[in-house]
Amino acid sequence: MNFTFTEEQRLFAETARSLLSDTCQPADLRRLLAEGGARDAARWGAIIETGLTLLLLPEAAGGLGLTETDFALIAEAAGYYALPEPLVESAGVAAPMLAAIFPGAPVLQNPAATLAIQHPINPFVTDADTAEALLLHHQGETHLVDRQAAKLTREPSIDPFRRLFRVDWTPAPATRIAEGSALWSAALDRGALFAAAQGLGLAQRAIDLAADYAKARTQFGKPIGAYQAIKHHLASAQVKLEFARPVVQAAAAVSADGDAYSRARVSHAKIVALEAADFACRTAVQVHGAMGYSWEVDVHLFLKRTLALTFAWGTPAFHRARVAHRVFDLPTGPDQTFAREPTHA
Amino acid sequence: MDLRYTEEQQAFRAEVRAWLAAHAPHVRLEHFDASREGFEAHRAWERTLKSGDWGMVTWPTAYGGRGLDLIQWLIFEEEYYRAGAPGRVNQNGIFLLGPTLIEYGTEEQKARFLPPMAAGDEIWAQAWSEPQAGSDLAAVRSTAVRDGDDYVLNGHKIWSSRAAFADWAFGLFRAPGSERHKGLSLILFPLNASGVTVNPIQKMNGHVGFAEIFLEDVRVPAFNRLGAEGQGWEICMATAGFERGLMLRSPARYQVAAAQLAALFRSCADRVDPALEAEVVRAWMNAEAYALSIYATASRLMAGGTIGPEASTNKIFWSELDIHLHQTALAILGPRAELLPAAPDAGGVGDWLEDYIFALAGPIYAGSNEIQRNIIAERLLGLPR
Repeated sequence: MNFTFTEEQRLFAETARSLLSDTCQPADLRRLLAEGGARDAARWGAIIETGLTLLLLPEAAGGLGLTETDFALIAEAAGYYALPEPLVESAGVAAPMLAAIFPGAPVLQNPAATLAIQHPINPFVTDADTAEALLLHHQGETHLVDRQAAKLTREPSIDPFRRLFRVDWTPAPATRIAEGSALWSAALDRGALFAAAQGLGLAQRAIDLAADYAKARTQFGKPIGAYQAIKHHLASAQVKLEFARPVVQAAAAVSADGDAYSRARVSHAKIVALEAADFACRTAVQVHGAMGYSWEVDVHLFLKRTLALTFAWGTPAFHRARVAHRVFDLPTGPDQTFAREPTHA
Repeated sequence: MDLRYTEEQQAFRAEVRAWLAAHAPHVRLEHFDASREGFEAHRAWERTLKSGDWGMVTWPTAYGGRGLDLIQWLIFEEEYYRAGAPGRVNQNGIFLLGPTLIEYGTEEQKARFLPPMAAGDEIWAQAWSEPQAGSDLAAVRSTAVRDGDDYVLNGHKIWSSRAAFADWAFGLFRAPGSERHKGLSLILFPLNASGVTVNPIQKMNGHVGFAEIFLEDVRVPAFNRLGAEGQGWEICMATAGFERGLMLRSPARYQVAAAQLAALFRSCADRVDPALEAEVVRAWMNAEAYALSIYATASRLMAGGTIGPEASTNKIFWSELDIHLHQTALAILGPRAELLPAAPDAGGVGDWLEDYIFALAGPIYAGSNEIQRNIIAERLLGLPR
């Protein structure tokens, strides 16, 4: 039993944070928005060069063969900086799924290429227009389809950096690469897990923005952060975050088990991490007062990402039902915290 | 990151489980705050625990402990709560003063105080608050005046848990003329010393586990001062860190309650508001989150880390989850929730009501949750005082 990260894991996460701190500040996001581009070529280039897209890929597919625990730390950083590029869904969800089927897939050999994934739990596909290929679901089958072979219709999102598309396509035997739902189940768990990890980052960012503002803004002759009303709002947000974090970390550690216990932990993580982010973002708006409601202040960038991720990769109701199965149909109690199905024991 | 128990840890769990199955009382003892009889029944249980060498498992063996690590401590606690074993009447001693003594005490003090604490022979009360020093603990006025090899203590302590029946107490006393955080010393005194008057205070549940303590020229040897003269505030904050951070509330306590809550809901699912299912699931998630957080903290401490101001988040989280969990139980019981155990038709309502009333104190003791939120805002988030 060891609930700590290795030095290597901490260093890798620190590298990702530092890269995004240099290249993904709100001013960078606003510049990308003004230009109307899908991604920042320099930032995406740096992400590829650092190896972040190779992290979860097996060595057979030219990857680093690391684990969900490693990638969750990267996803947390992506949340903290509201990263626009599809690192999480392409490298965290779609690419490992394709690698599990076909490690030699040509699209995996090109580190600059991204994959988009149409999971049945999500009505739309993110970043389909910039993807080299699409992983599509059809009646339990998995299809790998060139982007040009599908018709994409943009569905504007409140989050200006989420590029959502309806995908219309025609399944053909030539595009089918696998059958069976286990791969889709694993993809759902990764999608939900890394959404939860982003939630941790989003929550901390909202709290940090609000704390900085509360130190600088004065009313009645002192910084508003000196008033207990403000302190207690932010402390409550931090408490929610502190008790979502170990759940996400535990979920990452067990998610590969793919049993009812690990699925419930992933769902638990998805619920509480996005709740923490939602509470933190709304608190940050309130602490900023009228400024918090403005386009000029950055809080809304994080609030909108939080809103989108709250319902992506399974709604709170979907995940609560999975936790309910764990609570009511499987053994509970203090000796069952780390329980797994016997095949994993 | 490896969230699996080793074979040794699993064997340890089996050992604890077997011992508790053979020794833990099969009926719930009268509460240690309800009466002298209840208190003494719990003291007898502490002696039974000690006879199996389970008194204080994390302490060094030299001081009456078992020398186990924090993961083993968590496993012990999990089995303890699973077995429904009695509450720890000496928790002020074993979980608060004990770790503080181990860190700040001299060898002579450890040898004098720790073994009888682990054995239940000396049961401890805390004497921190005063009528004018609650949340503002640095406002304590009780004094300790050095006289040769002794201190002479005077003052008035209040909200002292266990003091009505306990043997010893520890508290903050100031050098005459000193101000606020300076000049405070942590001093241990016997509650049967000449000049000590203990007046029980009844709680809202009728228990008498609180007391106020009047000290009138109480003479104790200078040996009873823990740490240096004037170091009391620093030591007191370290004690509070143990209390809030790790040892005051085992996650197992809430995990057992959450499992019982799920069973309660299942047993009457056909006649309760189905919306309560979401609250039961929430209670389970809260208990699990607290457990995972404590495992993470324990792992970090074992790897050489320390507990900091983030400990304040723990105290807020467990006190609020405890109330929510018991509120959910009462909502499931509905109109029968108000029944006392003595009511003829109280069958099946269990201890939910008594435990709910107890939970209501959680946001107040060990530093109110408002004070904890100030600490988080100022020390974790850097907001101005």
